[in-house]
Amino acid sequence: MTTVTAINAEEGAGLYALAHLDALESEAVHIFREVAGEFERPVILFSGGKDSIVMLHLALKAFAPAAVPFSLLHVDTGHNFPEVIDYRDNTVARHGLRLHVASVQEFIDDGRLRERPDGTRNPLQTVPLLDAIEKNRFDAVFGGGRRDEEKARAKERVFSLRDEFGGWDPRRQRPELWQLYNGRHSPGEHVRVFPLSNWTELDVWQYIAREKIDLPQIYYAHEREVFRRSGMWLAPGEWGGPKDDETVERRMVRYRTVGDMSCTGAVESDAVTIEQVIDEIATSRLTERGATRADDKLSEAAMEDRKREGYF
Amino acid sequence: MTSNLTSEEQAAAAAVERSAATSQLRFATAGSVDDGKSTLVGRLLHDSKSVLADQLEAVAHASRSRGQEAPDLALLTDGLRAEREQGITIDVAYRYFATPKRRFILADTPGHVQYTRNMVTGASTAELAVVLVDARNGVVEQTRRHAAVAALLRVPHVVLAVNKMDLVDYAEPVFAAIAEEFTTYAASLGVPGWGSEGNPQENWCTAIPISALAGDNVVTPSANMDWYGGPTVLEHLETVPVGTDPSQDPARFPVQYVIRPQTTEHPDYRGYAGQIASGVLRVGDAVTVLPSGRTSTITGIDALGAMVDVAWAPQSVTVTLADDLDISRGDLIAPSDHAPETTRDVEATVCHLHDRPLRVGDRVLLKHTTRTMKAIIKDIPSRLTLADLSHHPAPGELAANDIGRVVLRTSEPLALDAYEDSRRTGSFLLIDPADGTTLTAGMAGDSFAPSADGAEAARGDEGWNF
Repeated sequence: MTTVTAINAEEGAGLYALAHLDALESEAVHIFREVAGEFERPVILFSGGKDSIVMLHLALKAFAPAAVPFSLLHVDTGHNFPEVIDYRDNTVARHGLRLHVASVQEFIDDGRLRERPDGTRNPLQTVPLLDAIEKNRFDAVFGGGRRDEEKARAKERVFSLRDEFGGWDPRRQRPELWQLYNGRHSPGEHVRVFPLSNWTELDVWQYIAREKIDLPQIYYAHEREVFRRSGMWLAPGEWGGPKDDETVERRMVRYRTVGDMSCTGAVESDAVTIEQVIDEIATSRLTERGATRADDKLSEAAMEDRKREGYF
Repeated sequence: MTSNLTSEEQAAAAAVERSAATSQLRFATAGSVDDGKSTLVGRLLHDSKSVLADQLEAVAHASRSRGQEAPDLALLTDGLRAEREQGITIDVAYRYFATPKRRFILADTPGHVQYTRNMVTGASTAELAVVLVDARNGVVEQTRRHAAVAALLRVPHVVLAVNKMDLVDYAEPVFAAIAEEFTTYAASLGVPGWGSEGNPQENWCTAIPISALAGDNVVTPSANMDWYGGPTVLEHLETVPVGTDPSQDPARFPVQYVIRPQTTEHPDYRGYAGQIASGVLRVGDAVTVLPSGRTSTITGIDALGAMVDVAWAPQSVTVTLADDLDISRGDLIAPSDHAPETTRDVEATVCHLHDRPLRVGDRVLLKHTTRTMKAIIKDIPSRLTLADLSHHPAPGELAANDIGRVVLRTSEPLALDAYEDSRRTGSFLLIDPADGTTLTAGMAGDSFAPSADGAEAARGDEGWNF
């Protein structure tokens, strides 16, 4: 639904102004269509998290009334929130999409990956991701990364060139001018594409509210068994928590991000409606990743390092 | 919204609706080393409450480990480890902040290395550029370059931020002299046709005296400069008119993708998807498709799910036409009475971006809107010194960060506008066909008046009001 309003009439821009969500939406749709026009085998990374849900929503709009000309790829750490996997499967079925699953568990089972001592599997996603890209010959991979998330992302291009090892070499990144995206790449290389580059966490939530997009329930406040680790509320599960000295208690929480259960923290919250969630985010004094991601706390350059190795 | 909401919930929903309907300003910052740009950006982010507790904590920690007592706001925009290790600078970092009035996308361009390339990149999508000068040094060569790049890229508004006023005792004459000198130089840029995008020349530049370190006139008005009655930097960013009036510009609709569902529900649907690059499209408009020259009429506009009668730049839409024409990606749909000429001979001002120089005879790919074609560099008539706009004829090649004039011949006819008329349909990239590297950024048509010096005298006093 496009809400084009004369927000700037008094500023002389006349009737033809765009509200910022419309501007962001049009920009993202333009990016999706550029990729559809210039690549052979694009794929959307889809985890069932809110950013990937918004990406899919935009892709559906970009090509309606035709089907989305891309398949989906989920890099499954095996430490999933069941609500999110249900959501993923329902979405795929409802829109008649094709889903590829790259399983970290399979890689661990056949010895190609080894479990880390801390039990977190987020950093393990890179290898199955690159394997799926290579096997399926994907040449463009849409990710939901946003530049406001983290300072390594602040310098990311919309079209991010990756070498045959999936690596990100800052020297090879191309200047992006105007709205001209250069997606040329050599055989074996691929391009990561970030249609939500210019969105902030608040924009994503405002857009979800405006478009009335359904999300997995764990994004809204609910009572859950959690325990405290490294200053975050983690949910117990097969992944290995809690340890002996950690006590489980019931709290009203919600998730601001959804990732691997072992390193995605819940925040204490009473926000049960989307309006309350937006209100909470608008007044939060912590960034999304600062509040909820143990893996980014590992070191100041954690995201940068993972990115150079081929992470999203 | 359902009707059984409490009044509190309704109020919350209304607040969400309001905050979701703010306007957006893209702007770029430019400054020489030590002009205090990082501090200004840090101050804008911090004082507008856009820096959150965990980020501040990280900055405080990093400051302490470097032996500084107070958090160094410049560290908020610190570079990546890869940049420090390899001694490179990634051209532009993007920052996001918002106030109740507006949402901002800041292209933060480093001032030291590769500054021309970086600023050209940041300025290409900016509606406003902040040029910083150190009040103790005044207008220096880099300041003139920055002003020239902003003018060349047709950035609609410029803020001259005269920084470190605390170090010149907040003295008005210092500020006035710098503003005057900048005004004179800006006037000498002699940009032809300026104002055709609905941005009157007299509003191009606003000079503001600030101290980024002390916070004077960045977000809150300075108590140390009673003599200054203008807006703070943030107030100006919040109120400067954004966007241009699309109804003043001819419509340009580059086709990105043809949507053909071929389903039982939509057996014959054929929609042309794209983002309106300039102007306004209306159902019923008589249009010409370029380069074929075939004509038709717009029968429908789908604005991402809403059928509308009118849509404008920069909306992404899907258009249907009355006639079944052979239209594909790369074609341009334009109003029949305002269609651009097509040409294979392009004259342009370019900024060369890559370390490998651009030479006469080079075979390249030219990417313009949604179309990519082969091209040959026929001539490089001149290179431009940005600091004084002097032309150096027949330079032979353009090195990285050089600005120059280029003559190209393309393999196919190109529906090109002059950059001064349309930033979106007057711009192009040159790409290396061998490895896909982006080589050069191009702007079609004249940039600065060829006889910049001669034109000035006539233009000098009119229209530049700082």
